[in-house]
Amino acid sequence: MTYKFDTLSLHAGQTPDAQHGARAQPIYLTTSFVFKDTDHAAALFNMERAGHVYSRISNPTNAVLEERIAALEGGVGGIAVASGQAALHLAIATLMGAGSHIVASRSLYGGSHNLLEYTLPRFGVTTTFVDPRDLDAWRGAIRPETRLLFGETLGNPGLDVLDVPAVADLAHEHGLPLLVDSTFTTPYLMRPFDHGADLVFHSATKFLGGHGVAIGGLLVDSGAFDWDKSGKYPTLTEPYAGFHGMDFTEESTVAAFLLRARREGLRDFGACMSPLTAFQILQGMETLPLRMQRHIENTRKVVAHLARHEAVAAVAYPELEDHPDHALAKRLLPRGCGAVFSFTLKGGPSGPKAAGRRFIESLRVFSHLANVGDAKSLVIHPASTTHFRMSEDALGAAGIHPGTVRLSIGLEDADDLIADLDRGLAAAQKA
Amino acid sequence: MELQVSGHSTYIYTGGKTPDPALPAVVFIHGAQQDHSCWGLQSRWFAHHGHAVLAPDLPGHGRSAGHALASVDAIADWIIALLDAKGVRKAMLVGHSMGALAALDAAGRHADRVSRLVLIGASVPMAVSDALLEAAANDEPAAMAMVNGWSHSQRGLLGASAVPGMWIYGINRRLMERQQPGTMVNDLRACHSYLAGATAAAGVKCPVLLVAGSRDQMTPTRNTKTLASLLPQAKVVTLHPAGHAMMSEQPDALLDALVSFSYG
Repeated sequence: MTYKFDTLSLHAGQTPDAQHGARAQPIYLTTSFVFKDTDHAAALFNMERAGHVYSRISNPTNAVLEERIAALEGGVGGIAVASGQAALHLAIATLMGAGSHIVASRSLYGGSHNLLEYTLPRFGVTTTFVDPRDLDAWRGAIRPETRLLFGETLGNPGLDVLDVPAVADLAHEHGLPLLVDSTFTTPYLMRPFDHGADLVFHSATKFLGGHGVAIGGLLVDSGAFDWDKSGKYPTLTEPYAGFHGMDFTEESTVAAFLLRARREGLRDFGACMSPLTAFQILQGMETLPLRMQRHIENTRKVVAHLARHEAVAAVAYPELEDHPDHALAKRLLPRGCGAVFSFTLKGGPSGPKAAGRRFIESLRVFSHLANVGDAKSLVIHPASTTHFRMSEDALGAAGIHPGTVRLSIGLEDADDLIADLDRGLAAAQKA
Repeated sequence: MELQVSGHSTYIYTGGKTPDPALPAVVFIHGAQQDHSCWGLQSRWFAHHGHAVLAPDLPGHGRSAGHALASVDAIADWIIALLDAKGVRKAMLVGHSMGALAALDAAGRHADRVSRLVLIGASVPMAVSDALLEAAANDEPAAMAMVNGWSHSQRGLLGASAVPGMWIYGINRRLMERQQPGTMVNDLRACHSYLAGATAAAGVKCPVLLVAGSRDQMTPTRNTKTLASLLPQAKVVTLHPAGHAMMSEQPDALLDALVSFSYG
């Protein structure tokens, strides 16, 4: 028999410690590992034997986390890195070099957008951003030098639902892989590989950890993309002088990407995860199914309350019938559309921006900070924080209204969350 | 490397080194619905420790052209043709599951071409259940799920891969999915219909190693004992815990057994 999701959340990748019988995953807080002899050392360096050499490349605690996310996503393996940003960078750096091009959804997390729009062009990798709902725009943006299509399962800030099957089909028609940021949905709500995506990454800082104590990223390979057949990925299909002339697709038919990403990417870029962080994220993942159920339960109650509140102009949540992706969400996200969403205040006498400030300052249970996916409920008012330098016109172009408020719904009692929001809404109406 | 064998382009993984004809040759023969990559660690070690390694994708599998061969004796003859094409007079044959049957058959009928024989996850006969044959013929994804579930011990089903970060259940699934449609039923029928194992065993003249997985549901350890009775010269090593997919579940222990045997 094979094991199901909830069981894998607790057990995948881990067996009780053979020496002491420790049931919890031990934290191997060590930089390096003792070789048995010189031949063993050489065999480890040359991929003739399995094992660990140095914790920048691999570590037993990290390996459990990597296997666990791979099991939950239905992939062939994973790599734990320092942050979600590091995971995105590792994916791109493994697949391409200067002169390459990416087609990405324009509804991206700001950090991802910064990397693609401002930083990577300095290294010769450019990106065309497209409306994620416009399949013709995706198609039209693909060039001969395109090497990757990239989007988020739920876009930022309007929760655009990425049509993973359609975009994946389009990518595959052009011999390209689809990379998906699955941070907002986690494998509990959607397994992008089941819908055709080829690579997935997470900011594990968010729902996977769930406790808000550790920054980390996870990159997972489906193992389904045929790099040889595509013919566009010499980093994977031609001998690599930097690692014994290895041709990674010859070495591993289905895990070539992960081999290169670890043997080059972790070795040379070095954005590794601390074993302590891996342990902390594993603790969170053990309860992922239970937490996600509660996140969704609470979010549905809060969304329903806000949607009928007189002080609220609009709520953007794909389970609502007026959301543009409602039908797609029902198909791809039947378990729920995540616990992060935005709503827009109508505004009081001084306008929506002032109402937004007053709303935030009146809350007692929601924490005002720049994160999402915590067990505790979080709130931010983009117009007065992350986007405060922007004019109203520029905010509009980014899909942000002066009265837009982003919530990340936590695991508290929903009644307390609603009472807290009502307090803020009452104050906002007077601002 | 690419090589013409029996009129078809054949891909042969050589462990990261160009095979030196002066070195003793080792041929790694994969099982049903697999390719050379199931031997990654073991084949790499031998290539870097004084051996000429040939780990082919069998016809119709992986990168090799042609149709999957319909019988075990055809695969055995093809292995001998591979040795001929490479100019190898004698080789150590290491086979897994269907590949083990082919290695046994080759060693039995061509004793002068085989220096040592390693049979991993083998049984004679290798009866395949009606349910699996039926699924392989009509519902390949279901057949792959059955084989993948039965190929791993409980420990293997939960992972704990020796290779950091790899989910061996997922790797085996994707590797099976990469093969051409119709390959699985062909391979399983070849295993099921091979009834010449006892005759082949009687013809084997070289040292033999049998490797069994303590939790192998595809070729249980009791079958290894039966096979050992047909090969009185055989040394038997049982890997624990391990299912049928011993190369990924116990890569180091399997390599230790191969190394010990090859130098013994």
